[in-house]
Amino acid sequence: MLPPVEEIKTHLEGLLPGVALTVEGGAIIVPPGQLLSVCRTLKDSERFRLDYLSNLAAADYPPERIEVVYHLCSMAQKHGPVTLKVKLPRENTAVASVVPVWRGAEFQEREAYDLYGVKFEGHPDLRRILMWDEFEGYPMRKDYKHEDQDA
Amino acid sequence: MPETASISGPQILEVNLGPQHPSTHGVFRMMATLDGETIVKLKPFFGYMHRNHEQIAEGITYIASFPYTDRLDYLCSMSNNFGLAVAVEKLGGIPASERGEYIRVIMAELTRVMNHTAVTGFLLNDMGAFGTPLLYAFRERERILDLFESASGSRMMCNYVRPGGVREDVTDDWLARCRQIVANYPRFLDEFEGLLRDNEIIRQRTQNVGVLSKELAVSASITGPMLRATGVNYDIRKVDGYSIYPRFNFKVPLGSKGDVYDRYYVRVLEMRESLKILEQALKEIPNTSPHISPKGAAMGKAPRTFKPAKGEAYGRIESPKGELGFYLVSDGSPRPWRYHVRAPSFINLTVLEDMCLGEKVADAIIILGSVDIVLGEVDR
Repeated sequence: MLPPVEEIKTHLEGLLPGVALTVEGGAIIVPPGQLLSVCRTLKDSERFRLDYLSNLAAADYPPERIEVVYHLCSMAQKHGPVTLKVKLPRENTAVASVVPVWRGAEFQEREAYDLYGVKFEGHPDLRRILMWDEFEGYPMRKDYKHEDQDA
Repeated sequence: MPETASISGPQILEVNLGPQHPSTHGVFRMMATLDGETIVKLKPFFGYMHRNHEQIAEGITYIASFPYTDRLDYLCSMSNNFGLAVAVEKLGGIPASERGEYIRVIMAELTRVMNHTAVTGFLLNDMGAFGTPLLYAFRERERILDLFESASGSRMMCNYVRPGGVREDVTDDWLARCRQIVANYPRFLDEFEGLLRDNEIIRQRTQNVGVLSKELAVSASITGPMLRATGVNYDIRKVDGYSIYPRFNFKVPLGSKGDVYDRYYVRVLEMRESLKILEQALKEIPNTSPHISPKGAAMGKAPRTFKPAKGEAYGRIESPKGELGFYLVSDGSPRPWRYHVRAPSFINLTVLEDMCLGEKVADAIIILGSVDIVLGEVDR
């Protein structure tokens, strides 16, 4: 069984000196620059072994930020999910891709890119996935203006 | 001078499979690069049926999304409703009634049996056994759809499971008919298996084809029968023990190689386990409690009064195709601020290319068939 989220955070900070994490509503908030090292540690640590990226989703909170949410589980130890979040400014939504850690992020990151415009750096093939290539804009953002069908 | 292809060297050919092709199970396109008949590269393209289900859901009340979830994986509307109900219950702290839980489990397991029957029929169709096995499968599926129709009013778009229970109660007569179908089903499975399991042609077409390794399956977030065919024991009914699944006695069938044959056979075994759950649930179902808890019923009557406190929830279930998850964020209003569907068909496609590399082009069709996708869920 997983310890409470506060304990996971303290444990992580012990393993990764210099990484400042906070806990907010059951989720661990990770600074964007440290995402990859935190993910690698959670996957490789004997204690957690979070080898399975269950879900990846972006969410828009205008005017300031877009969040990317990661739900991590362990297939080896059958526990989870642990929720990680990265907060990104809406104007500059660059964050490291976690595809090198979990292949399962490949399509999910493409979806977050397609609908929210999150730029996953280091993704092997970051293209639109649901919308067509020529489409402009990010339709799931809260300020997206719908085309007027009657005009 | 125009470039000419050398006759002795490899001739690379790009072939577009789909989007309008019966073997792609919907509007799905694969761009295959072939060396002779061997696949050297394969890129899936989809989104032709994208309707922004998530955005629609963010503009309506929680309960108004239920009919839309029917259209995700349109073979398994009952389990889609169930997934959203689990997430909404988690978000809003709605307890489910005892009888409601039993009915939901019965519906979800009937859906699993029905889905696996249909997908096996389709897989054989893809292999070239046109018509006959598919019609056998559809005959049995239709019996279950009849049950769905008399409980919910619709064969496929059931819109039946609700937070706190189910929309309408089932009658004793319905339960008797359900028991009858569950009792007869193993006979059909025996017949179906007898035709297929040891069939030489099927074995040659499916064994050691489209092999997926354990490590890749876990890393690529593969779930459902496709994961278990590789030998990883991970079933959310056991791991999370959501709803009342811990009360039932059932096993999690596992494969060993992760090839197309294992994927087919794991599904057959899973149907038998689902029938075991059904037998137990139909025996134990109580008739003392209502089919929906008072809080759930109140929510159904006045959807706009349901305003979950600020916060978020991730609810997931083991749908017939894998982990179906709903990520909901509430801002305290009657509508979700964020509504995200973690669709198993969509994520299971991640490794399609890995499974197809080095196989023949005809195998790509059955590998895709063995993934078991429904485009309504892939494209959302």
